[in-house]
Amino acid sequence: MELLERFAAGDLEAFEALFRQHQKEVYAWTVRIVRDSCAAEDLTVETFWRVYRARGRFDPAAGNFRAWARRIATNAALDHLRHARKETELPEDFPAAPRGDPAAQGELRGRLRRAFLELPSKYRLVATLALIEDEPYQEIADAVGISPALVKVRVFRAVRMLRRKLNSLGVEVNAK
Amino acid sequence: MTEEMPDPNEKELRALLKREFPPFEEAELPRDLWPGMLRRLDAQPLRVPWFDWALAAAVAAALLLFPSAVPALLYQL
Repeated sequence: MELLERFAAGDLEAFEALFRQHQKEVYAWTVRIVRDSCAAEDLTVETFWRVYRARGRFDPAAGNFRAWARRIATNAALDHLRHARKETELPEDFPAAPRGDPAAQGELRGRLRRAFLELPSKYRLVATLALIEDEPYQEIADAVGISPALVKVRVFRAVRMLRRKLNSLGVEVNAK
Repeated sequence: MTEEMPDPNEKELRALLKREFPPFEEAELPRDLWPGMLRRLDAQPLRVPWFDWALAAAVAAALLLFPSAVPALLYQL
């Protein structure tokens, strides 16, 4: 019996094999969304927990495990963003931004961070993947379970919301 | 890279965001997560034994058949 079939039948060894094959990829995808390595580790386990529970709904013949796991990981990351939305502090291991004029940079960084973290979670998710991580719209669409056109709409709305928020915070961001 | 040409209105914001939130190009998993997964699998949710459900069903059936037993049951509680 194939690995995916054994997994769908509830074989724990098959699940372990799939976990070991895909954990790095699920973690890498998740950390790019939540931008916190500790949370991404927990969410990777959460993702595979959801995968394991949903094994009965996975069709080994037609299914693409990688895409399925990524979609579940995206949903888990989105749930995390929803719960963590009020949080305004970045984790300690967040990559450091380059510094110019310290005062101006710090001010801008704080306002940008605040505006970005205040975005509704579904917009923040697509904005992170599209604007920061340069993921293709099709990849984002597959992971979120929406059409590429809707991804584009969400990115557009996220940009508009961010610009408005930044302008309201006194930061002018205009088209060049 | 995105296949679509970015909206010019996005360009400045995109650059600002990337400066403040540098992309994770190669996010390496720091450790094997399988031990944590096993702990999660072992932590089964609290399950009510079948005989508890059977007992509850029997009590419910008895109360439906003999409503006069309700005060007596409440008195015992």
